[in-house]
Amino acid sequence: MEENLIEEGESSREGEVAPALIVIHPRDKSAAVAVGPELRVYDIAGNCPISLSDDSGGPSHSESIRAIGFGANGSVFASAGDDKLVKIWMTDSWHCTKTVYAEKRVSAVAVSHNGQHVVFADKFGLVWAIALGEGDEGQAPIDNKAVPILGHYCSIITSLKFSPDGWFIASADRDFKIRITVFPKRPRKGAHEIQSFCLGHTDFVSCLAFARPIDYPQGFLLSGGGDSTVRLWDFISGRLLHTCDFGAQAGLVKSNGTEMEGGSAVIDVCASCDGSLIAVAIQSLHGIILLNCDFSARTLSIAKVVTMEESYVPTSLGLSDLPKHLWMVMGVSNIPTLGTTKLLSRVRVVSGFLKDPSDSSVRNAIIMGDSEVPGSEKLLEKLQGSLDVAEEEVTLAATAAAVKTSVHNLLIKKQYSLEKRELQKRSRNDKKLKQ
Amino acid sequence: MSKNNNSNMRQNGQSARLPRKRFYRARAHSNPLSDSHFPIPISPADVDYSQHYPHFFPSERSDDDNGSVPPTKVRFADIGCGFGGLLVGLSPLFPDILMIGMELRDKVTEYVKERILALRATNPGKYENISVVRTNSMKYIPNYFEKGQLSKMFFLFPDPHFKEKNHRRRVISLQLLDEYAYALEVGGIIYTITDVEELGDWMRSCLEDHPMFKAVPEEELEADPVVKLLSSATEEGQKVARNGGQTFRAVYRRIMLEDG
Ligand SMILES: C[S@@+](CC[C@H](N)C(=O)[O-])C[C@H]1O[C@@H](n2cnc3c(N)ncnc32)[C@H](O)[C@@H]1O
Repeated sequence: MEENLIEEGESSREGEVAPALIVIHPRDKSAAVAVGPELRVYDIAGNCPISLSDDSGGPSHSESIRAIGFGANGSVFASAGDDKLVKIWMTDSWHCTKTVYAEKRVSAVAVSHNGQHVVFADKFGLVWAIALGEGDEGQAPIDNKAVPILGHYCSIITSLKFSPDGWFIASADRDFKIRITVFPKRPRKGAHEIQSFCLGHTDFVSCLAFARPIDYPQGFLLSGGGDSTVRLWDFISGRLLHTCDFGAQAGLVKSNGTEMEGGSAVIDVCASCDGSLIAVAIQSLHGIILLNCDFSARTLSIAKVVTMEESYVPTSLGLSDLPKHLWMVMGVSNIPTLGTTKLLSRVRVVSGFLKDPSDSSVRNAIIMGDSEVPGSEKLLEKLQGSLDVAEEEVTLAATAAAVKTSVHNLLIKKQYSLEKRELQKRSRNDKKLKQ
Repeated sequence: MSKNNNSNMRQNGQSARLPRKRFYRARAHSNPLSDSHFPIPISPADVDYSQHYPHFFPSERSDDDNGSVPPTKVRFADIGCGFGGLLVGLSPLFPDILMIGMELRDKVTEYVKERILALRATNPGKYENISVVRTNSMKYIPNYFEKGQLSKMFFLFPDPHFKEKNHRRRVISLQLLDEYAYALEVGGIIYTITDVEELGDWMRSCLEDHPMFKAVPEEELEADPVVKLLSSATEEGQKVARNGGQTFRAVYRRIMLEDG
């Protein structure tokens, strides 16, 4: 079944829709959005759109980008996806300096803390490392080849994240598993030492985020999954500290005026460095949920449900620190019902996260108007691909619908009937014969 | 068939007959990539070992006793245990050590269960330390064992998966060894044996390349009572021996990863 799933992913991807992604530079210098094969970057600090250039000699992205990310110091950025390309960008000039060919489609990327390595996961559950700086042990010539460093046996890896101190790499998969591995000084020899497994999710794990509160330098891990939960972990021991179950909390969400029809799988979770702000995107929620984490008591609780207009279901979240802004994007690589080729995405920003000192559970949250967001219309025009998105009611509604189904299709483990599998096998063989 | 055996066991108690292997004939090879349906524990804490080893988990614990004695943990795992010959051979050698077989094939697992229950019934007080679970060991080892919980792991006559493209189905690989190193305590031992030379070379080179395993010296192997069972205790081993086949063994110790 699993193998079929994977091979299916390799051969037929019609109707498969990739959600739009957003990440914010760790020092808030820039914002990057990926929609389909397009990468859009805006220089927040310099308040201007960035045009990317490519010195790598490799091709540009031609299929949906599935993963983007900055390294901890922000100097390196990586993008990768269905076209099996891993592209590495230097963010001072936004030049792509390296294009690495993966063997399979790529599902996750991360940049190591020192900016020396980019790691990515492929559809077979293997995690690979690419060396950027000098080679291990100083031996000079670095080839453009990635080396496998660890594997989740035949399970698709959904997220890769480095721990706040850079010592560990966390990998999450569709088989409910989170693995914490010591990230070695010389990754070329593999990352063999497993620190722990964080086991507790009862469905696929979709997203990971670390938080390092001032009093807990080691940090904590947060994870979200298809079981409608966000979980808090002591990732050093693998111990589950607390579970926030949105399935059980559906009533609360509803009482805030929002209906969650359809699934309530957690799509994305992001946390500010110190963990004081944690935001969660949920499959059919028109908005986001803010969580409170009491790190001393090791508990999570819902602080606020921020509801947006009916047609807004974020597909990805990002945070900037100063001032604290929550960035959201909604978008998909294609909208089957509209048949458009225009890659639309809608970016919204929420601000004003002031904790009421008298009550830690009360937060403000102001959804910013388009003219109020940092960089205002200029930024939106770049990241969204157009300024009129907000007015295109039909498009937005269609996007929202596409988002729902795409997330649903992506995340639900497909069950294939025997006949279908036989058919697939036959058509694969046919293809082989024709070649 | 298994129903029949069950009722035999219940009615006749001591006189339960050993299950006959021919009733449990199953497909020779299984595809470890396919996810058939069997329960998967969420984490090791989720496994109810008292069901497997009732003698080691007395049901009536006094309240003040509760929690003070840590529960006995499984220490040996036989991966792809087949019909269970190794477990049966090891059981009397280490009567106080809990051992578990992991087997992917449903019918074979059922056979091993019946076999152990029958052995327990005919030898009261014996064979209480062995049991079996049906699972895909290539995916779910961390769901059964905590870090460093095991002192021995066995891989006897694993499926060879000859074709290059099927090598990733092999139960020993550089990547899977990470998980075995996680489950084994430092000093724990991994035993492998096969009659397929190519697979023997493969298993040895994977272990050799892995920085957390080191070959156990030959003298130590000679003194280890377990080593003799590798080629003689299991059904597959006996078959190979009957045919006068050669075997290839690789026994490695889990060591601490050196820094760097
Ligand atoms: C050739 S038999 C050897 C059995 C036994 N060790 C012996 O020596 O007689 C290999 C066994 O491994 C089992 N097996 C294969 N892949 C497995 C997996 N991923 N998890 C658990 N068992 C597996 C097969 O079902 C088969 O019973």
